[in-house]
Amino acid sequence: MSHDHVSNTKRIWNVFMLLSVVTIVEVVLGIFKPDALYHNSFLAMNLLNWIFILLTIYKAYYIVWAFMHLEGEKSSLRYSIVLPLVFLILYIMFIFLIEGDYIYGIFKDSTIKWNF
Amino acid sequence: MGATVTTAKSEGKTWGGGNEPMNASYGKLMMWFFIVSDALTFSGFLAAYGFSRFKFIETWPLPDEVFNHFPFMHGVNAPMYYVALMTFILIFSSVTMVLAVDAGHQMKKSKVALYMFLTIIGGLIFVGSQAWEWKNFIKGEYGAVETQGGSLLQFVDNTGKRVKLSDFAVNLPEDRVQDTRDKGIWFSSEGSLPTYSVAEVQAGFAANPNLLIRTEVIYHPSDATKADKTLHPTLNSKPKHKTVLTREASEAMLKNAHYVVEGANLVRNEYGSKLFADFFFFITGFHGFHVFSGVVINIIIFFNVLLGTYEKRKNYEMVEKVGLYWHFVDLVWVFVFTFFYLV
Repeated sequence: MSHDHVSNTKRIWNVFMLLSVVTIVEVVLGIFKPDALYHNSFLAMNLLNWIFILLTIYKAYYIVWAFMHLEGEKSSLRYSIVLPLVFLILYIMFIFLIEGDYIYGIFKDSTIKWNF
Repeated sequence: MGATVTTAKSEGKTWGGGNEPMNASYGKLMMWFFIVSDALTFSGFLAAYGFSRFKFIETWPLPDEVFNHFPFMHGVNAPMYYVALMTFILIFSSVTMVLAVDAGHQMKKSKVALYMFLTIIGGLIFVGSQAWEWKNFIKGEYGAVETQGGSLLQFVDNTGKRVKLSDFAVNLPEDRVQDTRDKGIWFSSEGSLPTYSVAEVQAGFAANPNLLIRTEVIYHPSDATKADKTLHPTLNSKPKHKTVLTREASEAMLKNAHYVVEGANLVRNEYGSKLFADFFFFITGFHGFHVFSGVVINIIIFFNVLLGTYEKRKNYEMVEKVGLYWHFVDLVWVFVFTFFYLV
């Protein structure tokens, strides 16, 4: 149960505006794909993709904090939800992507021709 | 170790139930546990998608060439617009949901009912949009040809524009009838045949000298690709697009063709890597199923609101719990949107 029974519709609409603006920025970037971002990379991923992923996490933060109202919960509940997710997702992404890239290298350098 | 220090007075109460150490009721806590495990399931799916994409990083389809349809705009290249619209619909239904929760805190029954109703409508529109998206994906637009080696060939004209199979394939006087159980041996049948046979596509390609073949490989300018004589000299100028072959190389490549691919199914698809369609169906399908079940749960709660169940209970926490689930569905979509359509 939430403990503040005051209406916070104003905050809800603000968050909605924010999520909309971020989505519009993402779509515009996705359509135009500026060369400066698309053709330069950082840590083996192009800058455009970094921007997309960071904006996505930014949106996710607002959905979880404002809409799911985690900001009003006790910090023990907040951490028991967020920490396992952050840790496990980073971990699985790390091992899966490294492994995928390794297999890509195996295919590329192998003597077996697979793309013909 | 403050929790283990108990006085005689509070000992009975600590283990006797009714304690809410996290200040959340049992039901809400369980909803959060479910959301955490479901979030891990979706991360597993998206990680698997990332794995396969990294494995085939040089041949993966480019999303803005696949999802470029918009209702009532045939033949218009509209990448992203439709999914952006779907995203807005889902975010907006999340907003109406949180407004319903907010109205519930103030015990305003009619307002809760109205916002729940709008949320349900938003969810239904989203599921419908997804169905339309699937229809386009399954039907396909241009068609392609699969080689003996299992890679995919698409067709472009000499300006690099995509060409549909129906625009050039000829009609040969051949009669290949689909094998069904009632026509041949009772236990043998096959899937529906493509509109054109390989021979018809090859004959049509030979008759149109301005056609070229585009392979799955994403072009990156390098000394090796510049020295490669099979690559088209002018059409491969910009990096990060699918490689176009010269006419001679295209003809040689098309001799390897063994199957005509139209649209998408779980075996092959006309967009490129076979795993692409599998992941698309599986992940958006699983998400769509979540939206659908969310709508069903919302409808149940909506009727409970109308019947005054929560009014009698003097609290609308049930609306808050389904709200958590609904926001979670929105949250997952934000990630699916990024990893399938943007990145």
